[in-house]
Amino acid sequence: MFHRFPPPHRNPLLRKDEMSAIAVDSLYKVFGKGARSAVAQLKSGTPRDQLNAKSVTAAVIDHNWSIEPGEIFVVMGLSGSGKSTLIRMLNGLIKPTSGTIRIGGVELGSLSKRELRRLRREKISMVFQHFALLPHRTVVENVAFGLEIKGLNKTERLERAREAVELVGLAGHEDKLPAQLSGGMKQRVGLARALAADTEILLMDEAFSALDPLIRQEMQDQLLDLQAKLGKTIVFITHDLNEAMRIGDRIAICDGEVKQLGTAEDILLHPADEYVAEFTADVDRTRVLTAEAVMEPCGTRDTSAFPKVESDVPVNELYEPVLNSKAPLLVVDDNADPLGVVTPRSIIKSLSHDPAAESGPAIEQERQPA
Amino acid sequence: MIEYLRNWFWTYIWKPLPDMPFGDWMETFIRWARDAWATGFDAVDTALEFLYLHLADGLLWLPSGVMVLLFAAAAWAAKGWKLGVGIGIGMFVVAWTPYWEQTMQTLSMVLVSAAIAILLAIPLGIAAAESKAVSAIARPVLDFMQTLPAFVYLIPVVMLFSVGVVPGIIATIIFAMPPGVRLTELGLRQVDREVVEAGQAFGASPGRILARIKLPLALPTIMAGLNQVIMLALSMVVIAGLVGGGGLGSVISGSLGRLDIAAGFNAGLAVVLLAILLDRVTQGLSDRTPVARAAKLAR
Repeated sequence: MFHRFPPPHRNPLLRKDEMSAIAVDSLYKVFGKGARSAVAQLKSGTPRDQLNAKSVTAAVIDHNWSIEPGEIFVVMGLSGSGKSTLIRMLNGLIKPTSGTIRIGGVELGSLSKRELRRLRREKISMVFQHFALLPHRTVVENVAFGLEIKGLNKTERLERAREAVELVGLAGHEDKLPAQLSGGMKQRVGLARALAADTEILLMDEAFSALDPLIRQEMQDQLLDLQAKLGKTIVFITHDLNEAMRIGDRIAICDGEVKQLGTAEDILLHPADEYVAEFTADVDRTRVLTAEAVMEPCGTRDTSAFPKVESDVPVNELYEPVLNSKAPLLVVDDNADPLGVVTPRSIIKSLSHDPAAESGPAIEQERQPA
Repeated sequence: MIEYLRNWFWTYIWKPLPDMPFGDWMETFIRWARDAWATGFDAVDTALEFLYLHLADGLLWLPSGVMVLLFAAAAWAAKGWKLGVGIGIGMFVVAWTPYWEQTMQTLSMVLVSAAIAILLAIPLGIAAAESKAVSAIARPVLDFMQTLPAFVYLIPVVMLFSVGVVPGIIATIIFAMPPGVRLTELGLRQVDREVVEAGQAFGASPGRILARIKLPLALPTIMAGLNQVIMLALSMVVIAGLVGGGGLGSVISGSLGRLDIAAGFNAGLAVVLLAILLDRVTQGLSDRTPVARAAKLAR
């Protein structure tokens, strides 16, 4: 039922091509009368708060990006930033005002209503903020909903639904009603329903936003675990940058238009503008930045005796080793080749907000070990 | 000054206006319809009378004592043993009055007209929930049907179907239908938007979303509509006694003519007890819908 995928791309410079799971091209959505002329105005550079027609709302402005198969793509923005509109355009629940969306090379605009429904059944499933479960159906019947729509017979769909329930860790709760479950468990049902449909693409609309912080973290971990096994293409909407950085391979920060698109480190180290920088101020950098981002060059030192750490270890796991070791830590890549060294000083420098320190590995002379 | 305004209105507005034509239009329409659609009305007349007579015969086939037990059992099944006992006592009191036969006739009229009203109301409610245009047209028509004094449309109905049971049933259908339409529409519109969206996101067709998501979730509200329809039907059926509808309505309008207080109160008591039976049993049924049961678990 499920298969393994290679690890997702982490390359922010990827250009869209025919193989992209999802590709959007100059995508606009404007609500209200006069939407088309508003798009023309936006295209000629009018800011969205200076549009002629006052009754229009520009939700999505000039989106151009693509997502590779197996990637977790997070769209992050405040309420009113058009992210919910965006995700609903990806499965055709909302029609774009202008621009194209391609799912696995198929353009949504060219599909009839019937073909669009078929695409949703076979290619795209969705997880909702408030779970959107049917209150009168048991857990397993809810999970089987997508399969029911696909037309599977009852025994087969219930069997596959049970597998999905087990996969999200709800075994033993199959015959309960949603009202008997906690919020986190309800969202697991929502997730299981989407997984049971066995689609390549998973849309998650603020899926964890309604949950308590602890449960939310648990769900994020579970999503990452599942993703390592299943390798879905996931579009995840959130208003929480910490969440975005935790789970996203790439993050698009949106406010109508895309303000910045890149990996968590990119955004944290090189915020594109004030708007993005304001968000990143609140982020727990120690969880996002890795040893690679806080290291200094080795210089000419003999590094053979230094303790080694992998380049993708987050900074908050470096504190203890770096304090307990007299020598700096040696950062190594997958082939155990040295990349640089980490010292308490280099960590502090990278975590401070001083742009000079954020501009990359330090070039100054290393303090000589005593 | 006031005098001047009165003269002005008289000269320039009221005098040149013809008499209010609405009543005449309705009369012309009804007279025309009677002749043009006579066969249709005859068919409806025969069908409704057939339904009513056979249902009433069925309800009166068993002796009243057995029927009391059956009603009690139905209430027990719908809700619980307490209601069963209560309804048993209530129906025993009805059987004790001299009007058991009339009560069963009234019940039969209520059931026939409420069933037809709900069969018309639910599809109309669905259409109104799915289409804003239908909703906009249906709303004033429903207001009209519900608020026009009941006696007023008894007049044309009697003209079309002559006196008897059938005009009573027709008038009852018209009078009792609106809450069925309204509550069906309301129930469907109140269904959580996100759940409907989930249906769409998984690729369900509009028909399937209606059948698998919207209708089950709206069912408690639709059942509340059914309850309203039945209660209104009961109140109207009594009024229909005035046009020879038979049942308790005839007893009551007869005792009004003879100022017979005792007969009036006996029949009135039977109406009240019948109302309680119908209300509690339909409520019990609406508590048994899957969604209502799930909601109870949440508490």
